[in-house]
Amino acid sequence: MPLAAQLIDATKKYGAVEALKGVSLNIELGEVVAMLGPNGAGKTTSISLLLGLRKPTSGKAQLFGLDPSDLNARSRVGVMLQESGIPEMLRVREIVDLFRSYYPKPMVRDRAIAMAGLEEKATALVKQLSGGQRQRLYFALAVCGDPEVLFLDEPTVGMDVEGRRSFIERIAEFADMGRTVVLTTHYLEEADQLAKRVVVIDRGVVIADASPQEIKSKVAGKRVRFTSGNLSDGDLEGLPVTTTTITDHRVRLLTNQPESVLRELFRKGIEISELEVSGADLEDAFISLTSHKAPE
Amino acid sequence: MASAIVARAPILPMLVRQTGAEFLKLWRVPAFSITSLFLPVMFYAFIGIGQSKQQIFPGVSFGAYFLASMAVYAVANVMIFSFGISVATERGQKMDVLMRATPMPPWVYLLSKCITALAFAAMTLVVLFPFAYVAGSVRLEPSEWFTLAYRVLLGSIPFIALGFAIGYLSGPNSAVAVINLIYLPTAFASGLFFPKQLLPQFIQNIAPYLPLHFFGQLGWDAIGAPTDGSVTTDWLYLAGYGVLFFALALWAYRREEGRKFT
Repeated sequence: MPLAAQLIDATKKYGAVEALKGVSLNIELGEVVAMLGPNGAGKTTSISLLLGLRKPTSGKAQLFGLDPSDLNARSRVGVMLQESGIPEMLRVREIVDLFRSYYPKPMVRDRAIAMAGLEEKATALVKQLSGGQRQRLYFALAVCGDPEVLFLDEPTVGMDVEGRRSFIERIAEFADMGRTVVLTTHYLEEADQLAKRVVVIDRGVVIADASPQEIKSKVAGKRVRFTSGNLSDGDLEGLPVTTTTITDHRVRLLTNQPESVLRELFRKGIEISELEVSGADLEDAFISLTSHKAPE
Repeated sequence: MASAIVARAPILPMLVRQTGAEFLKLWRVPAFSITSLFLPVMFYAFIGIGQSKQQIFPGVSFGAYFLASMAVYAVANVMIFSFGISVATERGQKMDVLMRATPMPPWVYLLSKCITALAFAAMTLVVLFPFAYVAGSVRLEPSEWFTLAYRVLLGSIPFIALGFAIGYLSGPNSAVAVINLIYLPTAFASGLFFPKQLLPQFIQNIAPYLPLHFFGQLGWDAIGAPTDGSVTTDWLYLAGYGVLFFALALWAYRREEGRKFT
């Protein structure tokens, strides 16, 4: 398969901060790839390098085998970025028409607006749109050029659950047309629903690159969740637990031996309520992959 | 490998769309569109009309003289404000980042802004000239109207660069203040509102070197008023300022590029 986008041992420094420490990544045409990682892991930097918005400090970034700032390469790419603005005083269909004019073979305007579910807002000014509608407009602008590759940087950030669900469906619809989609997210279920390949980035390094199933299978065992008022960190020492997160009094841990862990906790007189034991999911895998490197 | 034949979108339709969008962006902000179109007319009504028939030079009425002043003021005003504020605002809202990721060449964006600024400048004249004709009873030869119009439009180009530089050097909230602090005093010092002879001596000493002074002279000469030096000198000085402002704008633009896109 021809490569859509490629990072070759790319590093990026912002002053003294090393955002990427040698990332190599091949994205083939037709792939749907999710880049996962905690905030500051280097996801946005990777996307910026692939789009030519930033230049690698060392190594290389390429789009369709070209320099990413080459307009021939950019003509085949649609983009949705975090924290980018659009003119407030233009109407939705005006700005979609504007962005369509940037591309050699754009979609029909109404189709782009329909793909984003903005039909009812086509004549509204940008400044009249809600946050979620704005995100959908950015999506319309990203797809209106009928691009071969779509880059989405945290596309559902700030959306409610329902908004995210329908937005994911729209992205899936675009991917089903055989297009390449590269998205960054910190919502694991999005990666699980959309992508056939998940690239986990942490502290500027790729720590996993596999299918969602494979990543899940890396984390053997069960997830145990419960609420406890009197659990302290020391209580878990010496127990066969791989990963633990405690927020407020909600405890979550991964283990291959849930029975013996619980027996030991009961023996120590730990109060346990709202107990739940289930198979590990992608989120557990993610926490387990990143936590040993980035303890809370 | 993927073929390189598909290439890019045609430039002309892109430029037309971009210019249309730039125009609407400004047109729909009354703080800009109303002010640029009607502030010069209002100044003309307050200052110019009352004594418009008075002869201030042989064969030159105050009405005609002040029309030239206001034409220069209005056009330079549009150039500095439309560029300065829109560039500063768009940087503040990070619109430039999304634009940069599209296949639109950055020069299309800049050229569309220049065309829009010139269109607004021409519109201010379309409002100001008939007003001066009717309310100020200004009578000029057709060639004089024409000379005034083309000189102020052509002479405004250095101020596009100045507006651009201000847009890149100041923040979205400070651009208006910076522009007013620079533009209004120099407009006064250059004699666009009242004769320089009434200004303090130290300002009179600086005035003949200000860009708006040379720009004003081109306007006054167009309607037959006597000016210092020749028109050629005025054009040369203005061109010199143009080069200076473009260099400043380019430096500011590069500085921004270095920060945001490397």
